[in-house]
Amino acid sequence: MSTPRLLEVRKNVLKQNDVVARALRDRFHSEGIFVVSLVSSPGAGKTMFLEKMLTTTRRHNRVAALVGDLATDNDAQRLARSRAPVRQITTGSLCHLEAAMVRAAMEGWDTGPLDFLFIENVGNLVCPSSYDLGEDMRLVLMSVTEGEDKPLKYPTIFNSADVAILTKIDLAAAVEFDERTAIANIQAVRPGMRIFKVSAKSGEGMEEYLQYLSERRAESTSAAHVEIKP
Amino acid sequence: MHELSIAMSIVDMAQEEAFQRNVKVTAVHLRLGLLSGVVKDSLLSCYDMACAGTPLEGSELLIEEVPVEIFCSECQGPRPLSSMQWFACPQCGRPSAEVVRGKELEVTALEVRE
Repeated sequence: MSTPRLLEVRKNVLKQNDVVARALRDRFHSEGIFVVSLVSSPGAGKTMFLEKMLTTTRRHNRVAALVGDLATDNDAQRLARSRAPVRQITTGSLCHLEAAMVRAAMEGWDTGPLDFLFIENVGNLVCPSSYDLGEDMRLVLMSVTEGEDKPLKYPTIFNSADVAILTKIDLAAAVEFDERTAIANIQAVRPGMRIFKVSAKSGEGMEEYLQYLSERRAESTSAAHVEIKP
Repeated sequence: MHELSIAMSIVDMAQEEAFQRNVKVTAVHLRLGLLSGVVKDSLLSCYDMACAGTPLEGSELLIEEVPVEIFCSECQGPRPLSSMQWFACPQCGRPSAEVVRGKELEVTALEVRE
């Protein structure tokens, strides 16, 4: 047998996903849709937060949601109560969403024109970090019942996010949540990240986040207009 | 655990390259950033599974881990992180979220026989 030789190649393993994500992002931008994805561990309150967001934002905006889940469509059913268009992506055994799943879910889905699309990832603080979904803003949610050191245990996903949401803040006193430590830990792995404290149940802090969200969308659409070349 | 699907992508990629050039792959060289979200040991064991029954069966995955570097605006240069729990310049202590290295997940070379 011949002697082995080294063949140089340079290939990004996730290129396929990145290409699809980029195409999705371009398409969303051209349609004026601001896309927000949500990641967290299971049980951090993503669905409740999303339900509240959908119910509130749809008063003045056109909104829809895609929900990733391993097996059931319970979340989609819950979110349908908001009366916004909701579509479930059942991933089977896959622990994260990929851009192609988002693309497939958008196909043949008549949502009408949208201002916001929310994408709830599978509850998992590890795998979703590697996959771009074409979103404009990635939210990482962490509930006060989870322990202040979550960001230190999962630095990659916290670092990959744009905004952190501390959820179930109404339970903070009961579980002796150390807010200062939690915030310091988030800032340690993602310096400068915006952090919002919310209770989707009581509504506390929701308005402040939604205000921020609409500002970001306004910035993004005005930037998109500036980018249009004659 | 998404390492199995990553391993399968690597195998597919190498197989395609090998097919085009009519060679047999004996090893795959991969650069793996510590901030890529992929765990080295898990990827290594998944690689053998992904290779089973393919022309790459018996080949080796050689991983070069890439440390995370941030850009320090104070020192005006890239600096390696001293800890994944502290995104700051190890020299001056200034926090930085500007990651310049460490997200790589890249096949760089194949060891092949004709």
